[in-house]
Amino acid sequence: MPGSVPAVQRVSAPASLDRETEARAWLGALRATGAEHDEAVRRLHEMLLRAARFELMRRRGMLARSNRETVDDLAMQSADDALTAILAKLDDYRFESRFTTWAYKFAILEAAVRTRRRAWQERELPIDPDAWTTLPARTLDPAEDLLNRERLAAIIEAVRTQLSPHQREVLGALVLAEVPIDVLAERLGTTRGALYKTLHDARRKLRTVIGAES
Amino acid sequence: MTEPRRRHERLVAGLLGPSGAELTCEECFDLLDVYVDSELAGEHADERVPGMREHLTGCPACAEEHDSLRDLLTTLP
Repeated sequence: MPGSVPAVQRVSAPASLDRETEARAWLGALRATGAEHDEAVRRLHEMLLRAARFELMRRRGMLARSNRETVDDLAMQSADDALTAILAKLDDYRFESRFTTWAYKFAILEAAVRTRRRAWQERELPIDPDAWTTLPARTLDPAEDLLNRERLAAIIEAVRTQLSPHQREVLGALVLAEVPIDVLAERLGTTRGALYKTLHDARRKLRTVIGAES
Repeated sequence: MTEPRRRHERLVAGLLGPSGAELTCEECFDLLDVYVDSELAGEHADERVPGMREHLTGCPACAEEHDSLRDLLTTLP
């Protein structure tokens, strides 16, 4: 049914045909019932678990205080939640990538978010309302040339005088304290998207004030 | 480049963010698979998904997930 496939840019036709055939096979099996569905779900979960373990292994430094069992649990939870999300979003797949690439990103996201939250679960957020006041003394290294020092001083002055308290709080936590955005979102009871919007708006205001907006 | 200079540039980049139009985090996730497959196929990923590169420059979490997905796909048999 070529007419039902959304138009996408394709550089390599043979590769794209393989990709489309593979994707249709996955979608057909996952939407089937009985043994075909069960086998497709089992295979997909196996793939997602592999991806989650890959992600957790990459971030093992953040999980140094977690034992093997905990890390295995995180991988399984990530794969389970990724599978649930995928099965609920099959209609969102648009044949613009390989089906497996589309599926893997859910497992990567789940494992990455769990790792960041786990690493920060016993830590207080280092939100210091005086951080912007003391930043110049901590950051403006005398070795820096005058132009760079003046530019940073102008940015910090704009942070203090042009941004709202919430924008300052978010910018300080994400940029100065390097709190992961998922962790900050969880602690503030908001979403990653909403926090990034706050960050984006604050940055745009700073760029405008110091004349760096393109 | 000296370490203080690197720290300084990272701080300024974090405070000002990317100046070009960028995707949101939700749009980034929606299109991440398209972008990574395009990169790995040697296509012009930045033309295919405008605003992705800018977002990955400004959002460390999305950048980490991009790198992970790309590296996973390159290590799979």
